[in-house]
Amino acid sequence: MKVEQISIFIENKSGRLAEVSGVLGEANVNIRALSLADTSDFGILRLIVDDSEKALNVLREGHFTVNKTEVIGVEVPDSPGGLSSILKILDNNQINVEYMYAFVERSGSNAVIIFRFDNIDQAIKVLLNNGVNILDGEKITSI
Amino acid sequence: MSDHPLIWNPVAECLPREQLERLQLERLLQTLQLVSGNVPCYQNKFKDCGFVPGDLKSLDDIQHLPFTNKEDLRLNYPYGMFAVPMSDVVRIHSSSGTTGKPTVVGYTQQDISTWTELVARFMTAAGVTREDIVHIAFGYGLFTGAFGLHYGSEAIGASVIPISGGNTDKQIMIMQDYRSSALVCTPSYGLTIADRLEKKGIDPASLALRVGLFGAEPWSEQMRCELEKRLGIIATDNYGLSEIMGPGVAGDCLTKRGMHLAEDHFVFEIIDPDSGKVLPRGATGELVITSLTKQAFPMVRYRTRDITRINYEPCECGRTLARMEKTSGRTDDMLIIKGVNVFPTQIEEVLLQIEGCQPHYQLIVDRINNMDQLEVQVEVNEHIFFDEMKRQRQFVSEAEKRLATVLGVSAKVKLVEPSAILRHEGKASRVIDKRKK
Repeated sequence: MKVEQISIFIENKSGRLAEVSGVLGEANVNIRALSLADTSDFGILRLIVDDSEKALNVLREGHFTVNKTEVIGVEVPDSPGGLSSILKILDNNQINVEYMYAFVERSGSNAVIIFRFDNIDQAIKVLLNNGVNILDGEKITSI
Repeated sequence: MSDHPLIWNPVAECLPREQLERLQLERLLQTLQLVSGNVPCYQNKFKDCGFVPGDLKSLDDIQHLPFTNKEDLRLNYPYGMFAVPMSDVVRIHSSSGTTGKPTVVGYTQQDISTWTELVARFMTAAGVTREDIVHIAFGYGLFTGAFGLHYGSEAIGASVIPISGGNTDKQIMIMQDYRSSALVCTPSYGLTIADRLEKKGIDPASLALRVGLFGAEPWSEQMRCELEKRLGIIATDNYGLSEIMGPGVAGDCLTKRGMHLAEDHFVFEIIDPDSGKVLPRGATGELVITSLTKQAFPMVRYRTRDITRINYEPCECGRTLARMEKTSGRTDDMLIIKGVNVFPTQIEEVLLQIEGCQPHYQLIVDRINNMDQLEVQVEVNEHIFFDEMKRQRQFVSEAEKRLATVLGVSAKVKLVEPSAILRHEGKASRVIDKRKK
């Protein structure tokens, strides 16, 4: 149910993002989803890839600072109000969203939102109880 | 009890104070005779202030003598300060010339013996014995560190591995296979080794390492704890500078409460770096050293630029030699930021108190709109990197808060990628001052 996400520390200087994607490309790791949070000095790049172990290894070898976290991917109807219904469920149950980002499935009528929660197990329970479809890790990394 | 000596030279290291001072005065007179006879730089200095060696009646009179500065050594490059003919010189070393020409120093056979003896003293004080396998990861070459420790180890009868610096993976392999028990390197390189062990998943307890002899750069008590914890060793400090001799000028005993000074071979003074006045006993200031037994390269009142304090209280270990505190910085490393004195070692201490933080840092000082700005660049590592921006920013602001409290001036903390901070021969270059001089 949970999906492995890797985060990479990126100094704010030109070419660093290209280097990350270069290292992953060379290792034949495919990026499924990404989000970048940044300040004026540094950024945190978060990635869902098809092989996170391999990605972690090649990035560490390339002297990047990386971490692994667990997130979940939720299927949301790709129509107005789709996201809102899920956020309402979370809000009603006092589940805090640390951050989230979206990627759109290539086919089908649903979008996938990646959520990072403080308390991931509680969040999963609430979402399932409310009939929300949580995608399993394999499905997401193979989209 | 073991048959290994706890004190290398019990007579010299435990001399009663009165006797020690008599010896110092006697040797000082000989040194002054030597330099006023053979070194034109000193002949001129003494003439300028109207001093003749016979005027010296007591040790306290040393404060009337002129100082020797790094600049004097530069002006007399390469051999102008030598007090013996080159035919008597058996070794030449040189200090790293970060600015301009390096400093060249020479040793007679007797000087090499003295140096060897003084290194054997502090290594013995740190607990090294003939059973030890001493892993010397200082660079062999013109730098005095490696050769000093090498000869001292051999005098003790320990087995020396002269591996020299660099290639950390190979260092670790040799530590594992050759069972190195005493590590000799800079404290920052000690941490690099600890980092690499951690990365490779090697438990330091699986190594034979038990003691570290760290020197050649100033380091803090926090860094000592860090090295002891992460390498599973006793971490000892030692002090020396090539202009004076190299390592062996002072070194920790196992109480680790200050480095015993080799007072039978040097006179140590603490001065106010601005006025040049000798400070009362126990005060913190710049260390000034006069050699007493050196033949090839005697130094009179050499200004070391190192800031420290000398403690004359007796030590539990039985040595009567006074002890100097860890140097808290160098007068030329000291930064004046918005009028406040800041030493890089203070910043190191703050960083080490933060969970997961390592002392890989660099200071960038600049003046923007006539205001001094201090930026502390800290290398990020997996223990202090979070995927949530909120926690990452909390980390930065917490570090800034602690720095401001300790330094008394505000500092901006900038996280940088690992290894972005240039390391110079294992010695990290800590300060970049962009302000116009």
